[in-house]
Amino acid sequence: MEARLKELEQQAKDEIYQANTSDELEKVRVKYLGKKGELTEVLRGMGSLSAEERPLVGKVANIVRENIENALQEAKGEIKNKELQAQLQKESIDVTMPGKKVRLGKKHPLIKGMDELKDIFISMGFQVAQGPEVETVYYNFDALNAPQNHPSRDMSDTFYINEDTILRTQTSPVQVRVMENKKPPIRIISPGRCFRNDTPDATHSPMFHQLEGLVVDKGITLADLKGTLEVFAKHFFGDQTKIKFRPHNFPFTEPSAEIDASCFKCEGAGCSMCKGSGWIELLGAGMVHPNVLRNCGIDPEVYSGFAFGMGIDRLVMLKYGVDDIRLFFENDMRFLNQF
Amino acid sequence: MLVPLKWLKEYVEIDLDVTQLADDMTMSGSKVEGVERLGKDITGVVVGKIESIEQHPNADKLVITKINIGEETLQIVTGAKNINVGDYVPVATHGANLAEGLKIKKGKLRGEVSEGMLCSQEELGIPNNLIPEELKDGIWILDQPYPLGVNIFDVVELQDDIIEFEITSNRPDCLSMMGIARETAATIGSSLKYPEVYIKEEEDTTLGVKVKIEDLEGCTRYIARVIKDVKIEPSPLWMQQRLMKAGVRPISNIVDITNYVMLEYGQPLHAFDINYVEGNSILVRKAKNGEAFKTLDGVERQLDETMTVIADEAKGLAIAGVMGGEESEITDATTTILLESAHFNKDKIRATSKKLGLRTEASSRYEKGVDANLAAIAADRACQLIEALGAGKVLKEKVDVYPEKKEKRTLKIRHQRMNGLLGTNISIDEMIEILKSLEITAVLEGEHLIVTVPTFRDDLQIEADFVEEIGRIYGFDKIPSTMAKGNIVVGGKTNGQMIEDITKEGLLSLGFNEILTYSFISPKSVEKINVSEDSIKRNFVRLLNPLGDETSVMRTSLLPNMLEVLSRNINRKVEEARAFEIGSIFIPQREGKDQLPYEVSNLVIGMYGQEDFYSLKGVIEGLFNRLGISGLDFEVEKNHPTYHPGRTANILVGNHIVGIMGELHPQVMENYDLSKRCYLAELDFNLMIQFTRVDTMYKPLPKYPAMTRDLAIVVNESVMVKEIEKIIQQQGGDLLESFQLFDVYRGNQVAEGSKSVAYTITYRHMERTLTDEEVNKVQEAIMTSIKEEIGGTLRE
Repeated sequence: MEARLKELEQQAKDEIYQANTSDELEKVRVKYLGKKGELTEVLRGMGSLSAEERPLVGKVANIVRENIENALQEAKGEIKNKELQAQLQKESIDVTMPGKKVRLGKKHPLIKGMDELKDIFISMGFQVAQGPEVETVYYNFDALNAPQNHPSRDMSDTFYINEDTILRTQTSPVQVRVMENKKPPIRIISPGRCFRNDTPDATHSPMFHQLEGLVVDKGITLADLKGTLEVFAKHFFGDQTKIKFRPHNFPFTEPSAEIDASCFKCEGAGCSMCKGSGWIELLGAGMVHPNVLRNCGIDPEVYSGFAFGMGIDRLVMLKYGVDDIRLFFENDMRFLNQF
Repeated sequence: MLVPLKWLKEYVEIDLDVTQLADDMTMSGSKVEGVERLGKDITGVVVGKIESIEQHPNADKLVITKINIGEETLQIVTGAKNINVGDYVPVATHGANLAEGLKIKKGKLRGEVSEGMLCSQEELGIPNNLIPEELKDGIWILDQPYPLGVNIFDVVELQDDIIEFEITSNRPDCLSMMGIARETAATIGSSLKYPEVYIKEEEDTTLGVKVKIEDLEGCTRYIARVIKDVKIEPSPLWMQQRLMKAGVRPISNIVDITNYVMLEYGQPLHAFDINYVEGNSILVRKAKNGEAFKTLDGVERQLDETMTVIADEAKGLAIAGVMGGEESEITDATTTILLESAHFNKDKIRATSKKLGLRTEASSRYEKGVDANLAAIAADRACQLIEALGAGKVLKEKVDVYPEKKEKRTLKIRHQRMNGLLGTNISIDEMIEILKSLEITAVLEGEHLIVTVPTFRDDLQIEADFVEEIGRIYGFDKIPSTMAKGNIVVGGKTNGQMIEDITKEGLLSLGFNEILTYSFISPKSVEKINVSEDSIKRNFVRLLNPLGDETSVMRTSLLPNMLEVLSRNINRKVEEARAFEIGSIFIPQREGKDQLPYEVSNLVIGMYGQEDFYSLKGVIEGLFNRLGISGLDFEVEKNHPTYHPGRTANILVGNHIVGIMGELHPQVMENYDLSKRCYLAELDFNLMIQFTRVDTMYKPLPKYPAMTRDLAIVVNESVMVKEIEKIIQQQGGDLLESFQLFDVYRGNQVAEGSKSVAYTITYRHMERTLTDEEVNKVQEAIMTSIKEEIGGTLRE
């Protein structure tokens, strides 16, 4: 009987060795270890053995079973691995074929630029304020201390709806509306569309975009304006950016300044972008004129403030190297897809 | 404002190089636009004298000249016609460099040796438009003998740096050499030298000139001086040079002197030929309505009573401060002149100039503002130059009508306020020094500085103006950079702004490009999008002065611009496009012109390419889902003229119509030259914001399994799936979790005129596992309703 067991073990191992697939291997398992399997049959015959022989043969039988099981297990692993390799081989594809098309839209470059600017000022505690595009002459000019005969009021500069109503030429009227409705501290930016009676060409557009800012509180100084704009310029153009305050004149502010930023392309050395000067005109700013504060019901003896305003379109043109402002309003998908 | 540096140095000592000076001036508020280095590259030009002129043997149009340049005599061949023996001329010798990179070398011209070139003004770098008429063609004949062979630039002030300043509207005083000199002195800490003005007034005779100002509003001061024995001739070279470098073309001595003084002081002057001033009397009066007047440019102009004229007893002589008359203009025959130095009302000059469409150097200066106290010194300075140039004899007789003298203003300013607003620590002494450098006297009186402001500084009216003066001369670049202190302000966006951001982000992620178009459109666009006659979209906010019809009304819909963008892209062969815009539409208020229109934020979505109605609908559904808007619904819209009647739906939230979507009507496609089917949605974005719920609350994930059933129903073709879904919804009750349409079949296996619609329906109970019986009951209820309500049957 023992010999029969050894023989079975050898037979089983040979067949396991020859099996090439999981199915074949399973057949071998059933043939020897299944309910009607050969080893099972042999073991069933153990009843006829004597009490002395039975434990000895039982031991051998168990070893044989274990050996067969182990051989099966080992072969199973190998065959599975072989089969996996074959499957992977079969499934290989041309990875240089193009990907399936997924479309992601692009923000309009002007809005993208505006959003960047907004985020910078929001991080400095500014709120975003909005106002109407069709404005009154009062909010757009009078309340902002613009002289009655200021050329910007001319019909050759400003679009009129009627003698009291215009398309806003700046977003500063939003500042007036905010000041009228809110007590200081005020810290807002007002981004948006503005209009000017300009025939479109490469650098002019009858519609353009501005972002203006206003801070009103007790003890606000020109030094605070400098600090705020420095932080802004470093955020927008990079850490190495310097700014320059040049005294200027605006009706809305006193003192007034024009602010240049060191050219972000050549870092001040002079290049085609900055027309060789090393500086880029960035924005106009100043301390809010006491008349303006008074027009809005804020006592200039108690409060002071600063304001600034910049054209977005030119900045975005500079930033992306766009040489014709009209491209922004044509909305050619091939243009928009680039941003 | 063009400032020749050498002229400027006559009034103020400058040790800096021109680049540094330009930077400093820019930083103190006089912005330098550029510096032109005149004659910088010109070398090798000397003074020569023409010794002889002979005809060239081989060329009719050339002559051979002998030119004495001191140490030698050169033979030079020239085609010039304006030369005479004895003339002094600029000579470019062998190796000379002239303007525009011209190089001079010895050579032969038609067989004759030529050892250099005689120069014109243009060849020496003077812009053609500034060269006096008589010198435009031909060689520059110098005005007097100069040492032969010396460098031309040693005798004429031609090599110079011309600084161009941008003068802001608050500083008309800086539109003059004196004004710039004053700013320069204050900026670089140098002192200012005023010209010494002195007139000999050798003539005792009097012509009995009378001046009367009748229009005191238009004219606040009028000075008249008389000059006799006038000899009109070219002004000397030095004066011509300065004028040209400042951008003014020399004409003749008297005109040049008036221009010179205007550049120097900023005061416009005018010279009349006194022969044409009847009764030697000047009357400054309002023009009469309809008064005709011929200005010296030969144009007949119609005046009205808002304008001021200078007249004599009988007729008009000049439009005050704008332009003189043709008749009284000085000519070569003039022997006696009446010189006017006056002050006119700036607003009236501006209005007159605008009304007549006539802007002159004088009018533009008057309208910006001229100091009334300048008139006397400017008149004297002109008389001094007339005497100095031998252009005429100045009479002692002088009339100065100045009924209300302009006095210096005195103000009280708080010195603490200066530092308080600048954020600086400037000492009181330094403030006083700074103000003094600007000719403002300041005296300390406790908390205050008592400042006395010269009359040429009309811009200094309030305390804040002095903050700027002290700040800019102290140096804006020396002011520290700080962050605003004070109360906390919470920054950020409003709810609406945040929802707009989420909407955009959602559409971007669905492949839509954001477009940006003008807020104004053509009124014809409502025809192009086919809207009905009574549509509110025809009620426009109109511009009074549009650029053109195409941009003459504020948009009442975002659709026309979107269609133009789609059309442009299709016509440029862009295969496919998905685009959206969020912007305002403008609806006039019913009453009152002072009422601003309603501005309503709208969203327009447009697309073409591999698209259909359902791809757009999917976008709308996805977007509304992103915004947490519940109750989204679509209903058939067959009557919107812009859209395809069989492929259009109104978009609803609950009972509110928030927009419309669909395929564009073929007629509208044709109107916009759209060769591909386009799908569009227009939405009221304000309403969408109201329905948006972005603050979601978490719902626990289900613990018990769902049970799904497929249900295929055969219904008449005319039944809309919405009707089936309504029944599933109603009968599904609480157990219904979701349903999904997965197939619509038409063909052999169902009767003609019918369709099979198949759903996967998912049921779930949140607290236990469902049984088959429960679900079967619901399924049966659904089928019963479908049979009864829409005549549908279960597909076998």
